[in-house]
Amino acid sequence: MLGWELLPHNSGGLGVACYHMSKALALQGASIDFVLPYSAHHPDTEFMTIHGATTLSPLERYGKMGAYDSKHITQKELNVHEENDDLNDMRGVQRRYVKFVEKLVKNNQPQAIHAHDWLTMEAGMRAKELTGAPLIVHVHATEFDRSGENAGNPIVHEIEYQGLMMADRIIAVSSITKSIIMRRYNIPGDKIEVIHNAIDVASLGVYDYDHRTYKYLESLKNEGYTVIATVTRFTIQKGLTHFIRAAARASEKHDKLVFLLAGDGEQRDELIRLSADLGIADKVFFSGFVRGKPWRDAYNVADVFVMSSVSEPFGLTALEAAHYNAALIITRQSGVSEVLRSIFRYDFWDIDTLADQMVGIALSPALSEDLKINVRHEYARISWHDVASQCLKLYTNATSSRIPV
Amino acid sequence: MTKRGIVLYLHVHQPLRVRQYSIFDTAEHHDYFNEQDTSTDRNNERVLRKVADKSYRPMNALLEKLLHKYPDFKVSLSITGTFIEQAEQWAPDVLESFKRLVATGQVEIVAETYYHSLAFFYSLEEFERQVRQHRDKIRELFGVETSVFRNTELAYNDSLAKWADEYGFKGILAEGWDPILEWRSPNHVYKPVNTDDISLLLKNYRLSDDLAFRFSNKAWEQWPLTADTYSDWINASMQDGPLVNLFMDYETFGEHQWSDTGIFDFFEQFIGKWLANTDNTFYTVSEAISAHQSAGEISMPNTVTWADTERDLTAWLGNSMQQEALRHLYALEDEIMRSGDLQLIADWRKLQTSDHVYYMCTKWFTDGDVHAYFSPYESPYDAFLYFMNALRDVRYRVSEYHKHRGLRG
Repeated sequence: MLGWELLPHNSGGLGVACYHMSKALALQGASIDFVLPYSAHHPDTEFMTIHGATTLSPLERYGKMGAYDSKHITQKELNVHEENDDLNDMRGVQRRYVKFVEKLVKNNQPQAIHAHDWLTMEAGMRAKELTGAPLIVHVHATEFDRSGENAGNPIVHEIEYQGLMMADRIIAVSSITKSIIMRRYNIPGDKIEVIHNAIDVASLGVYDYDHRTYKYLESLKNEGYTVIATVTRFTIQKGLTHFIRAAARASEKHDKLVFLLAGDGEQRDELIRLSADLGIADKVFFSGFVRGKPWRDAYNVADVFVMSSVSEPFGLTALEAAHYNAALIITRQSGVSEVLRSIFRYDFWDIDTLADQMVGIALSPALSEDLKINVRHEYARISWHDVASQCLKLYTNATSSRIPV
Repeated sequence: MTKRGIVLYLHVHQPLRVRQYSIFDTAEHHDYFNEQDTSTDRNNERVLRKVADKSYRPMNALLEKLLHKYPDFKVSLSITGTFIEQAEQWAPDVLESFKRLVATGQVEIVAETYYHSLAFFYSLEEFERQVRQHRDKIRELFGVETSVFRNTELAYNDSLAKWADEYGFKGILAEGWDPILEWRSPNHVYKPVNTDDISLLLKNYRLSDDLAFRFSNKAWEQWPLTADTYSDWINASMQDGPLVNLFMDYETFGEHQWSDTGIFDFFEQFIGKWLANTDNTFYTVSEAISAHQSAGEISMPNTVTWADTERDLTAWLGNSMQQEALRHLYALEDEIMRSGDLQLIADWRKLQTSDHVYYMCTKWFTDGDVHAYFSPYESPYDAFLYFMNALRDVRYRVSEYHKHRGLRG
């Protein structure tokens, strides 16, 4: 298993998905070597063997770049024989990662190689070359998703394309992602399996909501305000400017709305400026980057959770929000909307519809309650156990369909 | 000797579906039922024209042919006001063909609420006004009086029967549901408990649903159903009683069961086959009541409908959105009626049509039976959203009305 991050050292959904998927696979008998680009202590991972490809700490692994940020990648060729591995550079880290995997598979012949996203695809291809084991490429996000309405990095596109071409089987986390892979990379659909992500409710643990974390928002709620929240990275992919515009539009019709934007990212200043320009600066709250308790409290204080993504392969946070009892509004461009029914859907650009849905929920206790209660029945049915079963079946089929060399 | 007879009762209805009416339309535009997008089934004109072609025109032509061919062939119809208004606009020829059916004297019109509403459960006064409005419309259009009543969705209980009795109806229709009937057969005329002069006809749901729901189902072990087989089943059922009540949506013919399933040919063959035996006949609802003695009293203290396996009102009032929508809607009654504004009153009543809350049903999320709940909306939540926005606009209009009148003194 080739990954780039793992709980608790994750900056996004990839590390969460990799953790729970591996755990469920191990429970069903898989023996897993999990390779990471950094070294760190990972509690509760005795079900698999974790390998750190470098001695970097989790925070250092990206050099000066963000976890998923691909726009600074300028070096196309990954010459693994080059000695100067500059670990301040993403390509340098990837080079070391490939070298490490080469060594690992020499002593440790895998039956299947499961590589997550473009970051590990080169290592995956190299491992396949050396061992002849089938390569399964698991696509959590494509460069087209990461770049939002922009073009994306051509080098990353190239690596992704190669990885998808070389893969024996591809796992896409949603039908949306599958169709992007087919349309943008011309990969035939029968090579791609859709396996939706799940949520591990047990791991969220027993938890007491702390009313004091967002005390001001709680006091507004007592006065009849509705808290509409989103918890995300502030990047173009997340469609937050549309969210702010819809917030302003909704506030024209219903005064008692407040908006919580939990998270951080390159767009933060732009979003603050935009809410001021639209005259709703006093209604929009920026919490900064949150994890742990204030992160869970952000879900809890929310009456409504909005996923405004322009392109979201899956969107695990929506399931977490459902778990913490929020009504959900999700763009049709988000994969998670494929597995839920008791939600509102809208197209990411359609701010009038989003505003209408926000106001509708705020004005109707029955609507709000029914959405919350019904979606709880739905997300609880989606389990990592099923994801693991599907993966195992895929490994077996990929192995048996290959011509032995 | 009284002949063995079938009572064929068909329900004709189309609601006025609410368009994607947003909060930004509220207090601005009052055209809730005027969806502009012609590619969606929220567009009422589109649906009416489509169903007219697929169902109303071919079925009325077939009924007319059979009524002329067989003097013993009888049909009972209930036709809602919301259907009539739409047909007047977009398919006047269909209304004309209904008039010709009634003119044969072999077709009886059944009374109901003009707006196909659940008003009985919210406001008796409003309910009676809608019953009266429907009777007036039927008299005006067909020149006939109604004497047998059916409530929306066949929603029936003892107090409804008592009301209908006191109102002067001589018959009322209900579902022949096993837990109520126990050992008794639906193939008799019954008397509702605590009534003086009214009879109860009960739907034979097995034989009705064979046509309404199962006819085209290829997974059904009886598929394809032939007129011979179906006649045999009716004959067998009549061992229990002389009357088989086949109650169903009119749109079964051509819309729920498409023409290519063979439903029209089947129907024509079956009528001929049934009447070929001179011991057999058809009755209209009031003929059935006149020709038969009551076999006993029936009590249904709790409301029974013809929907779902539960046969209750949960498809319309089962979740809190549905309850909230109707509670707010009926709460406006006094103010709406006092306004005397006919357009406003009509719009308020069009929102009472039971289909609106049916579209908000979330039962199928748990049943998984998506197809049982056809809706022109993307989700029950969308249906609720647009409905509530329209209701808010009605509330806005009524408050404006009273404000202005107040200002004028």
